[in-house]
Amino acid sequence: MIALRNGVASALVGIGVWWLVVIVSGLPPFILPTPDRVAQTLWTARVTIADNAWVTIVEVLAGLVLGSLLGAAMAIQLAMSPAARTLVRPILVFFQAVPVFALAPILTLWFGYGIWSKLVMALLIIFFPVTSAFYDGLTRTPQGYLDLARVMQGRSWAVMLRVRIPNALPSLASGLRLAAVYAPIGAVIGEWVGASRGLGFLMLQANGRAQTDLMFAALFVLASFTILLHFLVDRLARKITSRYAPDHG
Amino acid sequence: MHAPPSVTVEGYAEAEGRSIFPSLRLDLRAGEWTCLLGPSGVGKSTLLRLIADLPTGIEFHGSVRAEDGLPLEGRIALMAQSDLLFPWRDVSENVLLGSSLRGERSDRERAADLIRRVGLSDHANKRPSELSGGQRQRAALARTLMEDRPLILLDEPFSALDALTRAQMQELSASLLAGRTVLLVTHDPAEAARLGHRILMLDETGLHEMRPPATLPLREVSDPETIRAQTALFEALRGQAA
Repeated sequence: MIALRNGVASALVGIGVWWLVVIVSGLPPFILPTPDRVAQTLWTARVTIADNAWVTIVEVLAGLVLGSLLGAAMAIQLAMSPAARTLVRPILVFFQAVPVFALAPILTLWFGYGIWSKLVMALLIIFFPVTSAFYDGLTRTPQGYLDLARVMQGRSWAVMLRVRIPNALPSLASGLRLAAVYAPIGAVIGEWVGASRGLGFLMLQANGRAQTDLMFAALFVLASFTILLHFLVDRLARKITSRYAPDHG
Repeated sequence: MHAPPSVTVEGYAEAEGRSIFPSLRLDLRAGEWTCLLGPSGVGKSTLLRLIADLPTGIEFHGSVRAEDGLPLEGRIALMAQSDLLFPWRDVSENVLLGSSLRGERSDRERAADLIRRVGLSDHANKRPSELSGGQRQRAALARTLMEDRPLILLDEPFSALDALTRAQMQELSASLLAGRTVLLVTHDPAEAARLGHRILMLDETGLHEMRPPATLPLREVSDPETIRAQTALFEALRGQAA
């Protein structure tokens, strides 16, 4: 409740400052529109915005799910197989060093102007933080657990499934938190480079036509969605962490 | 459970050219509690890990063998200072850990019976975080018993408990682990004096046989003979530290 009240208060302060800047500076609306004008556009252009937001949301969510699944699978593979570590890890480090933005044009070339190029962008940008956070967790199983499992003659698949993976879930959760922040960036960059729909596309088009109020309205929706996504993933991550983190009893 | 084996460790250990322990021979007699006493960092736990075939990070030159000539693998249960309960499993699932890691069917009835014997029936469905330190170690004891192994390795399992809980855990363990070959690594002379059929002291010069009290374990905390033995062990430890 307090968090909500503080949130509302700081939003009001933000809008107040914004308004003040417009009045004091006397900037024309096509450079910096007033908050009420943006709100008005948000309403009048709601169908356009919703159509495009829907595309972006699907790209982000699909990228998030696929990127997380692939990242988790890669982490498990790396943790289980020394050969995979030797061969694949350097490749992963190399690709992690390549800014995904730089790949956007080539991805558009390969996967087209539709949803796939954006989905792959989001997927790529999510894949690395999830892989490295989860892999890190998988390599940090407490020695005592491994001792116990060994003395109990645990099978390696069972030790992975019932000891190492559950113990690494809090690390996966922190990877997912990062992924939730990165995923919309990936999708929007993809839309900027080449798209016919989506919030990124809408913003770019509005910008080009000096419809700054529409750009702000789209930005507002994108930010709201990102915050909501972050909030939901954070709740999931907290749940995982409270259940699986060591309790030091 | 199969007949408890006698176990012999013979050899010496070093790490990066530095001696961990000199040439020694450690005998665990079948069905008895052997207490291994000594100051911290002298290699007591390393000896225990060698028997369990766990990674030690040292070079051991020698052998670990059961006197019946059969491999030790699959005949050992381990209990450590940390209870090693998995926070995401309740007590009952923790007790059943071994079978789930081996991919075997879980004997839930036996687990429930063991949980009852360690006095945790009311807590069987609780997570470890909801238990006290003593209750957690009792759950770990039930997990150890569930394995039903003839050789039990205890690595300071009671050292983190308060005095009263520790005494209770010693009594419970002595009664429930009776008849098995037990190695108890400890730095507590009182514990060794209460529980040991044999008491050994490890220091840089090797392994020394100490005189246990004339009575058989489990000995009362207040038993004069036990207190005398405890004092002697304490003095011996202090002599090494000096």
